[in-house]
Amino acid sequence: MSLLSVQNLGKAFRSYHSEWKRFARWFGISTKASEEHWVLRNISFEIFPGEAIGIIGQNGAGKSTLLKMITGTLQSTEGTVRVNGRIAAILELGMGFNPELTGRQNVFHAAGLMGFNAKEIQQAMPGIEAFAEIGEYFDEPVRVYSSGMQVRVAFAVATAYRPEILIVDEALSVGDAYFQHKSFDRIREFQEQGTTLLIVSHDRGAIQSLCDRVILLENGAVIKDGEPEEVFDFYNAIIAEKENNRVEITQLDNGKMQTSSGTGEAKVKEIVLFNSKGEVVEFIGVGEQIELHIKVKVYQTIESLVLGYGIKDRLGQLIYGTNTWHTKQVINHPQAGEEYQFVIAFPANFGVGSYSVETALHDRDTHITNNYEWRNLALVFNIINIDKNQFAGCNWMNPNIMVKIKPDYP
Amino acid sequence: MLSSQTLKRSGALNSLWQYRHFVLSSIRNEMKTRFARSKLGGLWMIINPLSQVLIYALIFSNVLAAKLPDADNKYSYAFYLLAGQLAWMLFSEVISRCLNIFIEQGNLMKKMSFPRITLPAIVVGSSLLNNFFLMIAVFGIYVVFGQAFSMTMLWVIPLTFSVVLLAMGIGLILGILNVFLRDIGQVVPIILQIWFWFTPIVYPEKIIPESYRYLMEYNPMYSIVSSYHQVLVYNQAPHIENVAIVTAIAVVLVLFSLFLFRRASAEMVDVL
Repeated sequence: MSLLSVQNLGKAFRSYHSEWKRFARWFGISTKASEEHWVLRNISFEIFPGEAIGIIGQNGAGKSTLLKMITGTLQSTEGTVRVNGRIAAILELGMGFNPELTGRQNVFHAAGLMGFNAKEIQQAMPGIEAFAEIGEYFDEPVRVYSSGMQVRVAFAVATAYRPEILIVDEALSVGDAYFQHKSFDRIREFQEQGTTLLIVSHDRGAIQSLCDRVILLENGAVIKDGEPEEVFDFYNAIIAEKENNRVEITQLDNGKMQTSSGTGEAKVKEIVLFNSKGEVVEFIGVGEQIELHIKVKVYQTIESLVLGYGIKDRLGQLIYGTNTWHTKQVINHPQAGEEYQFVIAFPANFGVGSYSVETALHDRDTHITNNYEWRNLALVFNIINIDKNQFAGCNWMNPNIMVKIKPDYP
Repeated sequence: MLSSQTLKRSGALNSLWQYRHFVLSSIRNEMKTRFARSKLGGLWMIINPLSQVLIYALIFSNVLAAKLPDADNKYSYAFYLLAGQLAWMLFSEVISRCLNIFIEQGNLMKKMSFPRITLPAIVVGSSLLNNFFLMIAVFGIYVVFGQAFSMTMLWVIPLTFSVVLLAMGIGLILGILNVFLRDIGQVVPIILQIWFWFTPIVYPEKIIPESYRYLMEYNPMYSIVSSYHQVLVYNQAPHIENVAIVTAIAVVLVLFSLFLFRRASAEMVDVL
């Protein structure tokens, strides 16, 4: 028997010319809504005990609305949600904490809100206190807490009782690293005991490490439901398509040229990142062989053309940069109207994180003399660790570590 | 422990019973937090309404005291004021807090799944508790200033429930509609003001011209407040039938509000 069954679920937000029409509707008088906005429609899926399901989709795809209907805070417009068991949600941690009350009193209140009675709460209290690990602060008013402490207490209450379904919404990255591990452990523990997980996240790594099934939402509909790998590839393709379109628009629209500067004799027309399989991607595995394709168009005949590019991490630190002057590939006397394509192939030996590419078109080794075009954030991509051993830092060194029982030298 | 499934199926009263611990602890927390870090703490609950009575007493006593039928005690006007205020305070507190409860707790309602009926229940519970303390203070003042305590005064207890029912019915209906039509939240305080002055609380009903007095019959708070006067000031039993009629109206209003609540709760979160 399924733990959660969602059948033909749909949610419409209705607005009325006059609220009186809405009121009349409650009394059985049929009135027409002036506007009906369907956020979700025809959603059907079933979830079985012990599964771990990731829900992904772009902003506005309807993920939160779906979760709210599953938890019961939002009522569906059509279709049904059948739940056989208790749902706990780690949505907004610390929601409804009263700053004047102590941690203990707030725990009491929050657990009451979850539907537990005084006796059940008293029994769970020592466990909650121990898990939160905030020491004597537990009996201090919450207003003196740091935000990290608040999150600790909130997570401890939310997971004090093992639910049949646990919903985790973008909350896996709360608190300090130590507590993150601790909370991850608890989630895994629940999973082992048979709790079904429902995780909403943009963090591919987290979803791939926890989930065995992923549901992709797009424009309020389930467009893919299956193995994580497969669904994520599909998701990447959708995003890549959108990104490309956006790049084209940016090129054409003069108002959107703020990110680039220069005299405009030559411009980057297109910049695309391909993975080893020749697919346009946004997510790249550590060490994967990738190709950066940059198309440049020359608008005025110039003396020489040099393409420079740099890869920056999310904080804007340059990881690597070079140009075709240094590589001795200067294009001499390009004519107006000519187009060139640069193919830059390299292994993605980066650490996990988000990176951006910036491009520069100039005439010599630097852009000081003639700067045709300089473009920041020309492209953004993400590095994820799919098959490598875990490591820290921004560079994948691929070391060969040997452990010898007898040292070579004394 | 409840699954959301059982919650959805069971009625409002049933889920209220399941969540009784939560309601009680919420009332307790409210008391605790309202006066946290204040020196006089819970005393403010009484000082506030009493100072209002004092102001009215100071301003109007010379003008209005003589109009009271039984003016032998020089404090009788103050007694009269206290009795009326005791009823009105409860009435207006429940209405004005029910009016905004769903909007205030909108964020919580959007994020957590719990029976929403607990929200007005908490309001009514804590208002009742407030009123109880005020009642004790009023009794204390009566005794100190020479009004003997009598068993008749205990009529206040059933009267209190009539007031609460009436206020709950009105407040819940307005509170639900206010979520969708925010003008209601603005207009109700004004109406309450007017209503207050159209109820004989500050002035004796005798000063209303005879020809207009019949209009008072349409004011349910008139029956209630005059019953408060009867039992507290004049030491007489209330007009049972008047109170019964008002209570019946109140019950109908409460039932209607619960019906409205059931219909509206699905859409309430959509617009919050």
